[in-house]
Amino acid sequence: MIEDAFTRVLTANSIITAFVFVGGLTWISYLISTRLTRGHIHGSAIAITLGLVLAYFGGVLTGGSKGVADYSLLAGVGILGGAMFRDFAIVATAFGADLGAIKKAGFVAALSVVLGVILSFTVGAVVAVAFGYHDAVSITTIGAGAATYIVGPVTGTALGAGSDVIALSVAAGLIKSVLVMVATPFIAPKIGLDNPQSALIYGGLMGTTSGVAGGLAATDPKLVPYGAMTATFYTGVGCLLAPSVLFLLVRALMGQ
Amino acid sequence: MVVYGVALLALCMLVGIFLGELLGSLIGVQANVGGVGIAMLLLLILTNLSSHKLKLNPVSKTGVAFWSAMYIPIVVAMAAKQNVVAALSSGWLAVVAGVAAVIVSFAMIPVMARLGSGKPAPEDEA
Repeated sequence: MIEDAFTRVLTANSIITAFVFVGGLTWISYLISTRLTRGHIHGSAIAITLGLVLAYFGGVLTGGSKGVADYSLLAGVGILGGAMFRDFAIVATAFGADLGAIKKAGFVAALSVVLGVILSFTVGAVVAVAFGYHDAVSITTIGAGAATYIVGPVTGTALGAGSDVIALSVAAGLIKSVLVMVATPFIAPKIGLDNPQSALIYGGLMGTTSGVAGGLAATDPKLVPYGAMTATFYTGVGCLLAPSVLFLLVRALMGQ
Repeated sequence: MVVYGVALLALCMLVGIFLGELLGSLIGVQANVGGVGIAMLLLLILTNLSSHKLKLNPVSKTGVAFWSAMYIPIVVAMAAKQNVVAALSSGWLAVVAGVAAVIVSFAMIPVMARLGSGKPAPEDEA
């Protein structure tokens, strides 16, 4: 009876449950950060990594695609961590950002978005060829997936790629997003990612909104608005370039 | 009033995403083009206007500040709902493509940053 009531309360108030879940996860993470790493690894970096690890086990145990949110008790985590709240919080971070820094780096930031799409696409396409794909549609779809996991399926669907290739493109984009979240705090000092301008460029080159959002949160929350702003243009630019210009280029290069 | 801050934030987001949708269909793309980025610029510009009518008072500001502070917890929730299994279980092609794309993109950041600041490349300095 007590267990039933408990489950009922938690599922009926799913977002509230999610607040407690995230709060608890953050508390444990900061404890690990101060006690085990003496503050060397930032608490939010640990929280994000722990979230990903839990998402992995959630996926393995439930067979679902939404990490821990596939447990009905934790369905609220899916809403709190979904695109609506994510984007709302990202917009809020712009409050107090330095408009001057954005204006100053505007051109390089825009350039980095286009370059970022082309760069990731090329890498993905080359890997696809190396793994034995020879048709332009599959190569383009996988290349697009290396941009983001949204550009991949959008491009694949537009070009009529097979569902297995589309699934691969989504997976490539997911790997990219997860890796950007986890690796950014460690790479940041080596690549000079410590000021608004480099954060604008970082967002444009990486492009994965969730990856950039997580990566900067774990590195320096003050940089979030700059990286997030350029990253949100990336998927659109990718969906524009991949099925059109880039596809035609791949087709010409493959002699088809 | 706190709700003024929250409402302004919400309005900026809706207008931004709407413009992003329009921009997407205008250039014939099945995606929102920069909606969130436009929303951020909108919020930045509106809150930086010198007009006294639009200035948020300190209490209203906390309505925006709260959501800005909720950003990291929301990102943690986002991490916990990722399809990590699909990412890791789909074979080497996806892993290699994803990892290589990240490495190459990371490597380009200092190059672009140098371009932006107008400083010569290290080779030129030597």
